Amino acid sequence: MADGGAVSYAPTEDQQLIRATARRFLYERLGIDKVRELMMSETGFDRVLWKEMAELGWTGLAVPEDLGGAGLGLVELSVLLEEMGRLVTPGPFLASAVLATTLMREVATTEQQQEMIPALASGDTIATLAVFETARGWDFERPDTTASRANGGWTVTGAKRSVLDGHLADLLLVTAASDDGVGVFAVAGDSDAVEIAQEPVLDPTRRQAAVALDRASAVRLGSGDGTAALRHALRVATSALAAEQVGGAHAAMDMAVEYAKTRYQFGRPIGSYQAIKHRCANMLMKVEHARSAAYHAVRVSGDEAEMAVAAPLAGSIASEAFVWVAGENIQVHGGIGFTWEHDAHLYLKRAKASSLLLGSPRHHRDMLGEALGI
Amino acid sequence: MTDADYARVDALVDELVTELPPVDTPQEEFWGSQYDRGLAWAWHPEGYGGLGLERRHQTRIDRRLEEAGASIENRYTNLLGIAMGAGVLDAHASDEQKRRWLRPMFTTEEIWCQLFSEPGAGSDVAGLSTRAIRDGDEWVVNGQKVWTTLAHLAKWGMVVTRTDPDAPKHLGMTYFIVDMESPGVEVRPLYQITGEAEFNEVFFNDVRIPDDNRIDVVGAGWRVALTTLMNERVAIGGSAIPRESGYIGQAVEVWRESGEDDPVLRDQLLHLWAEAEAARLTSLRANELASAGIPGPEGSTGKLAWANLNKEITSFTVELLGLDGTLYPEGYELSRPERFRTHAPQKAYLRTRANSIEGGTSEIMLNILGERVLGLPGEPRVDKDLPWAEVPRG
Repeated sequence: MADGGAVSYAPTEDQQLIRATARRFLYERLGIDKVRELMMSETGFDRVLWKEMAELGWTGLAVPEDLGGAGLGLVELSVLLEEMGRLVTPGPFLASAVLATTLMREVATTEQQQEMIPALASGDTIATLAVFETARGWDFERPDTTASRANGGWTVTGAKRSVLDGHLADLLLVTAASDDGVGVFAVAGDSDAVEIAQEPVLDPTRRQAAVALDRASAVRLGSGDGTAALRHALRVATSALAAEQVGGAHAAMDMAVEYAKTRYQFGRPIGSYQAIKHRCANMLMKVEHARSAAYHAVRVSGDEAEMAVAAPLAGSIASEAFVWVAGENIQVHGGIGFTWEHDAHLYLKRAKASSLLLGSPRHHRDMLGEALGI
Repeated sequence: MTDADYARVDALVDELVTELPPVDTPQEEFWGSQYDRGLAWAWHPEGYGGLGLERRHQTRIDRRLEEAGASIENRYTNLLGIAMGAGVLDAHASDEQKRRWLRPMFTTEEIWCQLFSEPGAGSDVAGLSTRAIRDGDEWVVNGQKVWTTLAHLAKWGMVVTRTDPDAPKHLGMTYFIVDMESPGVEVRPLYQITGEAEFNEVFFNDVRIPDDNRIDVVGAGWRVALTTLMNERVAIGGSAIPRESGYIGQAVEVWRESGEDDPVLRDQLLHLWAEAEAARLTSLRANELASAGIPGPEGSTGKLAWANLNKEITSFTVELLGLDGTLYPEGYELSRPERFRTHAPQKAYLRTRANSIEGGTSEIMLNILGERVLGLPGEPRVDKDLPWAEVPRG
């Protein structure tokens, strides 16, 4: 049933195993100290760690087996993202394994998929989506970037911004207007006709780049207008990002609760005061609501009409929940929560930036209203 | 849950509706037979309206009965009895008491009410002062109860009394089932801000209760009361409703009829829609996980979430009405409502003010979430070990 009545929330064995493996791996191999080190590094990226994730099958988790993946679905992928969110994991997973891979599966021809997806699934190729432009904001349906036919192929010219992990990308999937509708064009990241510059970002655990293309040679993925495919890919990404936000919000809540139990003022743990206790209880409520919205969205990805409701619902609810919980976590911690040394700010920055990555909460609600006829 | 249990339950339901076709059978007779076959509370022991199965079987029984055209209206007509009283009797009453009370409760021949809150004991219900003093085989009760749903129709009341004022408050209470037709019981309607009286005040003046009507031992009143309250919060927070129904459905309807297109109001409406949907999905998820035997925190947030949402949504809907929002079409003539129905937005706005007070205030619900789910330390309790008589009150 589309409105959530019959989807299953009880975790399968696969999902339990993925969660347990991911949590252990991330805490043992990454850990918050390493996150802080990467956050201050030039690229924010550890290729050794990326290889290890790929070897665990993460980058190909939702890719069909005949394209080199594990053949699981968005629910399993979102379990991984939730665990990554708990530790504000840096790296191009969302960009490459979620956004680019999903879009390519939607829009590329069978031949193109056979050629390109195995390398994405194995983690050997890092790809990302170059879709947003300064003048257009989150409206991806009318790009100013253009594509022209040249020598039997295409060239793409224009300027993209907020390209997730663009500085790491071997492959850019660029949206551009063509004589045949809005198309998705694959451009090599190291092309001379492409200039990629990291943007200074609010959340240094997730990097973005500005990408300028000047008659860059490109391969068109599929044919005809790609708007519907883009819409689908962004809905999937919004749902997956919501799962990541749930993980982050849950971790921030855990920090606040733990601190409220151990920090004493006026001779009592501060969590015994209702001002703090009620704040924490409200965090729990927001986290559980965000979880419900995200879990629902990733379970209906095969039903585009329901996805049109569920994805923006998850996007707005999980974004606002994470921003609120991450902010309140700092308040519960008091002065120490405002220091660079404490980890609370990593979550606040991740929360605020991810609430704007694919659309603000209000933008998501606008999409929701369109789907509902409100 | 085994297939054999399913088959047994299904067969019993089939027999019932075949032998007593719902359309041709007087309701009380049907419900009586339903009770006798163990299909009233499937988790009760056999002979007491149950089959000794797990609680979730009842959902399936009720669904199949409704599909067969049977009424489950008794669960609403006698809500306090069937949802809470039965649980209390099942957990704490003697076999004789269960035999006396359960069947006529289920058939609605005897309506039940719950007498806990007092003017001086709201959130701190364990501080209550209604006094019961033993006199031979009887107890003599004096005091006042308040917010008593159905007291004016009830035959039986579940009442918690103070029997030992010198014990700390939680230890000095005793629980009785009082005959609401006894001399000295006075029931007065309690009119609310809507103009309706859904509730009553109940006064006890030298009311005599036989000791046979005592539930559990003398001094166990608080434990029995907790069983009652637990069943109440399950009843309030647990149900799952269709998308865009209830007050948010009403808000959307008013929005569409108004022809309003102000982008700020639209965003507010969508914000409320999204929050309501997230709360609804949380109930669905909680129900599914609970029936799969996976309990979690998602089951504890419903009552609190809906209290907030109902208040915000109805407030928004009245605002959407513009100048019509200043009207009160039902009028304030004091009355007793027949039964619950959907209110006009203005009345709904007033009625929902109580959602964050009734059945546990939102402040108490937040304490419960904080302490029982998140494990935060409790408040200092200055009254906990004092004799009840020495606790300051006012």
